Amino acid sequence: TVKRLFSTSHSSVDSKEMKKFQLLAHKWWDEEGEYSALHSMNDIRVPFIRDTLLNMSSNYHLGNPLSGVKILDVGCGGGLLSEPLGRLGASVTGIDPLEDNIRTADQHKSFDPVLAKRIQYRSSSLEEIVEECMETFDVIVASEVVEHVADLETFIKCCSQVLKPEGSLFITTINKTQLSYVLGIVVAEKILGIVPEGTHEWEKFVPPEELQRLLESNGFSVKTVNGMLYNPLSGSWSWMESTSVNYAMHAVKSVAQGQSSPTGALSEMEREQSSATAGAAM
Amino acid sequence: LGHDIHFHDKKIALLEAGPRKEYDRMPDSFSNRVSSISPGSATLLSSFGAWDHVCNLRLKPFRRMQVWDACSEAMIVFEKDDLDDMGYIVENDVIMSALTKQLDAVADRVEVFYGSRAVGYTWPLPSHSCDTSPWVQIELADGRRLQTKLLIGADGHNSVVRKEAEIKNIEHQYDQSAVVATLHLSEATDNNVAWQRFLPTGPVALLPLSDTASSLVWSTSHEHASELLSMDEESFVDSINSAFWSNINHSDFIDTAGAMFRSAISFLKPSGTAVRQLPPSIAKVDSESRAMFPLGMGHATEYVQHRVALIGDAAHRVHPLAGQGVNLGFGDIACLAHHLSAAAFNGSDLGSLKHLLKFETERQRHNVSLIAAIDVLKRLYSTSLAPLVLLRTWGLQATNALPPVKVRI
Repeated sequence: TVKRLFSTSHSSVDSKEMKKFQLLAHKWWDEEGEYSALHSMNDIRVPFIRDTLLNMSSNYHLGNPLSGVKILDVGCGGGLLSEPLGRLGASVTGIDPLEDNIRTADQHKSFDPVLAKRIQYRSSSLEEIVEECMETFDVIVASEVVEHVADLETFIKCCSQVLKPEGSLFITTINKTQLSYVLGIVVAEKILGIVPEGTHEWEKFVPPEELQRLLESNGFSVKTVNGMLYNPLSGSWSWMESTSVNYAMHAVKSVAQGQSSPTGALSEMEREQSSATAGAAM
Repeated sequence: LGHDIHFHDKKIALLEAGPRKEYDRMPDSFSNRVSSISPGSATLLSSFGAWDHVCNLRLKPFRRMQVWDACSEAMIVFEKDDLDDMGYIVENDVIMSALTKQLDAVADRVEVFYGSRAVGYTWPLPSHSCDTSPWVQIELADGRRLQTKLLIGADGHNSVVRKEAEIKNIEHQYDQSAVVATLHLSEATDNNVAWQRFLPTGPVALLPLSDTASSLVWSTSHEHASELLSMDEESFVDSINSAFWSNINHSDFIDTAGAMFRSAISFLKPSGTAVRQLPPSIAKVDSESRAMFPLGMGHATEYVQHRVALIGDAAHRVHPLAGQGVNLGFGDIACLAHHLSAAAFNGSDLGSLKHLLKFETERQRHNVSLIAAIDVLKRLYSTSLAPLVLLRTWGLQATNALPPVKVRI
């Protein structure tokens, strides 16, 4: 089994995808540049992660809300999401298969003495760290990543292995619908240039139902699903009811595995309840 | 900011050119530099515990403000319907002392460098992928170096931060200086009214300090201001009394026109004309309390840049005739603190333009119309030409009669 995980045909890293990001490795931190939409996504994804985690814990300090939390940022790129999470007090490990990205991320964090200690970057794929990081992390964040992986089920299995029991997994990604093709590829890439052309392939987009199915059959319980919308005029993101274009998902690693039917029904109800309250809260 | 919970483990440095000012008891005499603090500013100061110290030291609430013209009988009175205070007259030293006490309370987060001066700033380059630090570097006169993610320029209307950041400033020197002094009233009174009379040379205002003392702010030409400072104390007191009481500048034409308008208003709106109260008369002035400083107007074209924000007089400078200068600054502070606190709670880089621009938009929207209005009022009241006097007489009388407009002011 260990050998199979390491063989490239079952790896979650796609080398074609890596080439796409190589060209833009130094553009990460230009807030007005190619990655501006990801910069402004922080305005909703950081509060989403922060508030979900604060709601689950009873013992935190508002001045340092994520203190003591160990977070793994998979596909961290230039560290756009790792840095704010680090500023909120978390110990972040950011991994990305592309060395140039890690180099950019390391350089950017080096100027801030506080961040330099809280964040560690490694050039690596998820599978490569599984062995040494079993059940190490409280939280895994995979934001705008799963639409680029080659084998989603393997990816999710690895997440489960490095996550502590009852740990949280946060995913943001793009749905596979006609609307997401029009808005996410045609408009975003070809017309408005919000995303560099060729970044996304519609075939690899993941519908939330499919993602949820994969998660729940691998020991996760999905707690929240929320649609996200990007407004190109204002350059800002907001939450929306519909998940037809972008969405965010929060799942928790269940403690006991193998009790799929009763927990399946329970988690259906939980999900409806929590997404209703989350929708009202957002 | 030091008291904000989301700034719990941030570090703030305050560069203060002056010495440390802290008082446990105020001296018997009043300082001649005072400010009119609005209720909104008082709320800001109490949000981090400074207002209590102000109340413990010394302040004078006022309930009513009477503003009238020297060239006519026109008058406007501001008063709150309930028994609330309209505002507070507080000596600047009192505010400084209150702030110093509260700064001490968060000394682990805020470091104050008294008697310091910045001699050089190095701004970060816009492109991020270089080897030099992306933060602002500051060199102090004593050779120490500091670096910061966000530099806030609160260094007054001649702001060095603003100049070094090459932010253009629209400015205009008024041909006026303000004369300040501490005055003693002829007889003790409740003294809870602020008085302001528009003379052709400029507005003269009496701000209450206690039952027996008031502060003078007299904006007038540079020559007249120097005269006022050099004349003996008796003549000075006489000038003040005559400024408030004499009717030299009235002309029959204006008086008649004004009276006609007033009767028209009282016909249409019986409660629209208020009773004119008489200001107190002055008996003597505190020696050595007379001082003068030049007046001007200014507005920075931008309040923010990458890693820089301007607040208070560094961003905008107004004529003291409306008593708003320091309150605009407090408004800037409340707004900037709000946006920085939210940014800190989101884990954002504090110097990022995204939230700084939100602060700028919010404040410019609020400030620009007020700054323009104060400038217009200053110009309108700087003349004794009949048509303009008539215009402002009727305008003032009408405004006095219209509650909705008055409430907005």
